[in-house]
Amino acid sequence: MSEQWLDFRIPVGQWIELGVDWVQDNMTGVLDGISDGLDLVIGSFEDTLLAIPAPLLAALIIVLAWWRVGQRFALFAVVAMVLLFGMDIWKETVQTLALVIASSLVALLIGIPVGIAMARSDRIEAVMRPLLDFMQTMPPFVYLIPAAIFFGLGKVPGAIATLIFAMPPAVRLTSLGIRQVSREHVEAGQAFGCTPTQLLLKVQLPLALPSIMAGINQTIMLALSMVVIASMIGAGGLGNTVLTGIQRLDVGLGFEGGLGVVLLAILLDRITQSFGRARTSAHMSTGTVGPLTRLRRLISRSHRTDSAETEKRQ
Amino acid sequence: MTDKLVVRDLCKVFGPDPQQAIRLLDQGLDKDAIFARTRATVGVRDAGFAIREGEVFVIMGLSGSGKSTLVRMLNRLIEPTRGRILLDGEDVTAMGRRALIEMRRTRMSMVFQSFALLPHKSVAENAAFGLDVSGHSRDEQRSQALDALRTVGLEPFADSYPHELSSGMQQRVGLARALATKAPILLMDEAFSALDPLIRTEMQDEIVRLQQHEAHTIVFISHDLDEAIRIGDRIAIMEGGAVVQIGTPEEIVTNPVNEYVRSFFYGVDVSKVFKAGDIAEDTALTVFERSGVNVRAALAQLRDRNRTLGIVLEHGERYRGMVSVNSLAEAVDSHGETRWDDAFVDKVAPAPADMDLSEVLSLVSASDYPLPVVDGQRRYIGTIDKRILLQTLDKAG
Repeated sequence: MSEQWLDFRIPVGQWIELGVDWVQDNMTGVLDGISDGLDLVIGSFEDTLLAIPAPLLAALIIVLAWWRVGQRFALFAVVAMVLLFGMDIWKETVQTLALVIASSLVALLIGIPVGIAMARSDRIEAVMRPLLDFMQTMPPFVYLIPAAIFFGLGKVPGAIATLIFAMPPAVRLTSLGIRQVSREHVEAGQAFGCTPTQLLLKVQLPLALPSIMAGINQTIMLALSMVVIASMIGAGGLGNTVLTGIQRLDVGLGFEGGLGVVLLAILLDRITQSFGRARTSAHMSTGTVGPLTRLRRLISRSHRTDSAETEKRQ
Repeated sequence: MTDKLVVRDLCKVFGPDPQQAIRLLDQGLDKDAIFARTRATVGVRDAGFAIREGEVFVIMGLSGSGKSTLVRMLNRLIEPTRGRILLDGEDVTAMGRRALIEMRRTRMSMVFQSFALLPHKSVAENAAFGLDVSGHSRDEQRSQALDALRTVGLEPFADSYPHELSSGMQQRVGLARALATKAPILLMDEAFSALDPLIRTEMQDEIVRLQQHEAHTIVFISHDLDEAIRIGDRIAIMEGGAVVQIGTPEEIVTNPVNEYVRSFFYGVDVSKVFKAGDIAEDTALTVFERSGVNVRAALAQLRDRNRTLGIVLEHGERYRGMVSVNSLAEAVDSHGETRWDDAFVDKVAPAPADMDLSEVLSLVSASDYPLPVVDGQRRYIGTIDKRILLQTLDKAG
């Protein structure tokens, strides 16, 4: 008797299934629209990047690394390009890159406006906070199931799962950046007759830019890590190489895929971060540094003096 | 001279249910009583004055006196809870959003304590900010911004960035930004408080010079007396959210309405502003006279806590006397049965709470012991020692 009342079950799982079924039955049009749209975005990125001859694309990346980060880093980029090519995973890398760029882009297109709205309204903030916590802490594998149910297998569900997982930092850091703009800056904007839109565009967003850029960097990094997981539902790319390595218990292949992801991550991290500390860097500093950057710093501790030099040069 | 900006019955209440707080305000309750009743803070209460065209009107007060709130109500960065603001006879408080924005763009500009420049814009672009917002062409923005920068002597730095300038130069940019819109009214909120003294004086002279050249109507917020006298045509003094006196510097110096106002002008005459009860500190060890606590116990207590002095109180916290480790020990040694009266330190008499500080000063300086202070019912308030007295005098200077 005393134990019996504990013997109950709340069918949360069933409710979710019911919800998923309902969406599938009643919103086919919407789902197809999303699917087609995303397919187009991802497809065009992938086609464009793959259409560029590998040496040219590699050269472009190296030049970008040189221009944005510095000489040392360009050297690293050269090594990375040669490795990716030499390990015969160039095509997979480009596919992953395209998927990361496409899903990050969509994540930012949604995330930054939501972040702005969140900064301007405490009510939206109160609603969004738990939602963002939910999105970030739910194990990423869980997103794969509904994504696969709604959109089948392939790149589109991969991108959907990725953008849900990668969006929160963009939202959070946009909101945080805007809220951190000092009271007198906002007052100065208002005192000189800014409309709310002008205040946002001329004062709040520019001053929040370093924080927003940190959010973009984080989103891209999360997207990269999720894209690998998304290969389980057929998103392809480097994740596929890793997955094949696991399935065949092929250590070498798995490592090659993993190394490809790491190299891509370092390149994306440093290059996107460089946009965060543009001209205003002397005035503002954001302490936000990606985990990969920290990892990279750890790795490159041996030639720290050189990298310090390149940083100074910017 | 005509009145440029007239303020009538201006009130600001922060917090829940400001209207109720306003009702209490009208019943004559003070700030603290209203906060206790409604949790609402009265920022400004019934401020009223008329600022004349072309004058420098300084609003002075200690921090928390509501001067920053008051100036922000003039351009409605803070919405008044009640009252009217008339700019050239037009009611600012009744303006709609568009009219308000237009008023801010063309008729009233502002200079901030922290400068509030945009770090990603050049000096010229910062100076042109108001013009940019109101949709002037690029050329107009540039030429008017350069004019304003020339006025403040920064034209050569037009294409620098704010972080490349010293703080004094940055505030000149802030001033140029306010001048560039050609608004007839300048609001300056502690504009020079963040600058070091030399630069501050220089900037004050700049304002005086500017006024001779083309007279603006300036509302200047300050907590600094020297500044107010240097640049102010008239000074309004605020205390606890209310304007307590308005007049020329001479009028206020020669005829201050109360001690608060006087304190600004005489480097705080503490002996008149503060009484003994205001500065006494309740930090001494207190011993209650009751059965079971005898002289020996008191001595042990003092030694336990490493104190040399204690205050003995009787029923109802009434003051009985002061004891020291020495006086207690002596009493214990010389008299077998110990009475409190034998243990008290000689020649220490409690002072009434309303004793003037000048008198306190002579008592404390003549004695080796701190001065105990009691209220009208002989209830113990605290003690005043030399340290407290020096600190008080130091604060005043």
